[in-house]
Amino acid sequence: MTTVPLLYVARRLLALVLIIIVISFVVFSLLYLAPGSPEQILLGARPATPETIRAIRDEYHLNDSFLEQYKTWAEGAVRFDFGRSIRTNEPVTAAIKDRFGLTLQLGFFAFLITMLLGVPLGIFAAVRKQSALDRGVVGISVVGISVPAFATGILLLYIFAVALGWFPVFGQGSGAVGRIHHLTLPAVALALTGMGLILKLTRTAMISALETDYVTFARARGIPERRVLTAYALRNALIPIVTAGGLLLAYMLAGTVLVEVTFALPGMGSLLVDSVRTLDLPMVQALVILIAVIVVVVNLVADLIYVLIDPRISFTKVDL
Amino acid sequence: MSGPLPEVPGDAGSLRVLPTTRRSVSPIVIAAMLVLGIVLVCAAIGPRIAPHDPNEQDLFVGLSDPSAQHWLGTDDLGRDIFSRTVAGARSAVVGPLIIAVGAMLIGAVLGLLAGYNGGAVDSGVSRWVELVYALPALLVAIVVVGVFGGGYFLAVFLLVILFSPVDTRIARGAALDQRSRPYVEAARLLDLPRWQIMYRHIWPNVMPYSLANAFLTFAFALVSLAALSYLGLGVGPGAADWGRMLSESRTLLFDNPAAAIAPGVAIALTAVSVSVLGDWLSERFSERGRSR
Repeated sequence: MTTVPLLYVARRLLALVLIIIVISFVVFSLLYLAPGSPEQILLGARPATPETIRAIRDEYHLNDSFLEQYKTWAEGAVRFDFGRSIRTNEPVTAAIKDRFGLTLQLGFFAFLITMLLGVPLGIFAAVRKQSALDRGVVGISVVGISVPAFATGILLLYIFAVALGWFPVFGQGSGAVGRIHHLTLPAVALALTGMGLILKLTRTAMISALETDYVTFARARGIPERRVLTAYALRNALIPIVTAGGLLLAYMLAGTVLVEVTFALPGMGSLLVDSVRTLDLPMVQALVILIAVIVVVVNLVADLIYVLIDPRISFTKVDL
Repeated sequence: MSGPLPEVPGDAGSLRVLPTTRRSVSPIVIAAMLVLGIVLVCAAIGPRIAPHDPNEQDLFVGLSDPSAQHWLGTDDLGRDIFSRTVAGARSAVVGPLIIAVGAMLIGAVLGLLAGYNGGAVDSGVSRWVELVYALPALLVAIVVVGVFGGGYFLAVFLLVILFSPVDTRIARGAALDQRSRPYVEAARLLDLPRWQIMYRHIWPNVMPYSLANAFLTFAFALVSLAALSYLGLGVGPGAADWGRMLSESRTLLFDNPAAAIAPGVAIALTAVSVSVLGDWLSERFSERGRSR
């Protein structure tokens, strides 16, 4: 059992905080970088009279220097206070909290499908290389990687919701069963995107693991094939699969946005698109920070798991 | 989507594109070439060979099912779906082509600089690559294009930058591998200028890998641009663009499914064909490299 040195973790955490600070700075600057004056953006559709402009300038401390404004904003952000949405006037944090659950469920559902189907199929394809199944798997992975989630989403919608009528066309459903029923098609569309990646990686990693000497020797010693596959080949093949975790997440996050819009699901992805389109900056700022934190943390966790399952990896090389 | 996939060493999992007999080409590759050929022709002269004007509205016809007059029917404004799909090939090819070539050039310049020189240049370039590579490209594009209200070409420019790290990595790796070859040492002994060794002698040997990857970049760029226009960012409303068409006809699924399915299938077929060709090329090049 190897333990991850605390120093390494500490260094990574420090880097993580630095990255988030840099990102938050860029995100805050959006208020000044975006077209239109800050007052105009923050007023949104409200009328711009001298009084409202003065009120906005006071409310958002626009009379302070840029750095002071950033400080005020960041202090709020640390306490999860990102102000109010310009579009709906509800507190940004509350709006995100409302939508977060649905996106989390969708993502988790899709992740389960991706892993429970992708890893075993990848293994089968590697074991029966060149078989019809293998070609099918490679075909799915090429399609999964190349076809965007909204195109598969529309096709799935047409086949299973419109033509066959097995699944609802939109909505999020109520109750656990209704929710699963409503989220199945979106989750499958999202899973196909991640599945392409996982199938390709699992297959490649398993093929090279099965060609190693230790697998040949394990077979020669008469170890049952099941054990050879799981304890010898898969254990080593897992390393690239785990490291792809970060990449998979990036795929899934972008996919969620597209899938939520396609299936009209009120999750974080559709919230991001709506906020971006209406220039609802407080909302955009909060969502971007949230997404950045998720991406950075998941990448860190993937790297830590990677170090734990492969004792050969030296910490000096796993650099930021 | 965080940009194009990194190269997976060894069996890249392509669609059995390299058969046992070395010269014959798998039917899937031929089909992919055919699809790409048709798309390129449509991109070049699409509006001229389309049976109808792709933007002509006919409110008397309105929404209609596929017929002899309108092969894939019409959308709610009476525009011919087939003609719009044919004309949409242009924005599906131009942007991705710029992105693939642009990212390849940036990748070549930075990658060769880093791989050939090593040292501080290399670590600087590598940090940059890691930073950009960690960004979820499509999400960044959604936020930036959305907030700045930029059009199609802002999206194209942004994706060139966001997709270049993969090309940089590939060129850097290949340059590292070439650096100690005899021809490079000979060139160095002849006292050729550094840029000449890098870009005139090493680049031709690195290019095959970059070119194969450019196909994969193209596929990702196509999908990402389509995604942006699907979300209403990038190309303007009403444009004959596959992503736009998909989002505008999503609500027509019950009435004329062909309106939503045609552009969806067009995106899927083109993207798959391009990545099949990319896989095939990279496999051929790595085969050639091995036999050398």
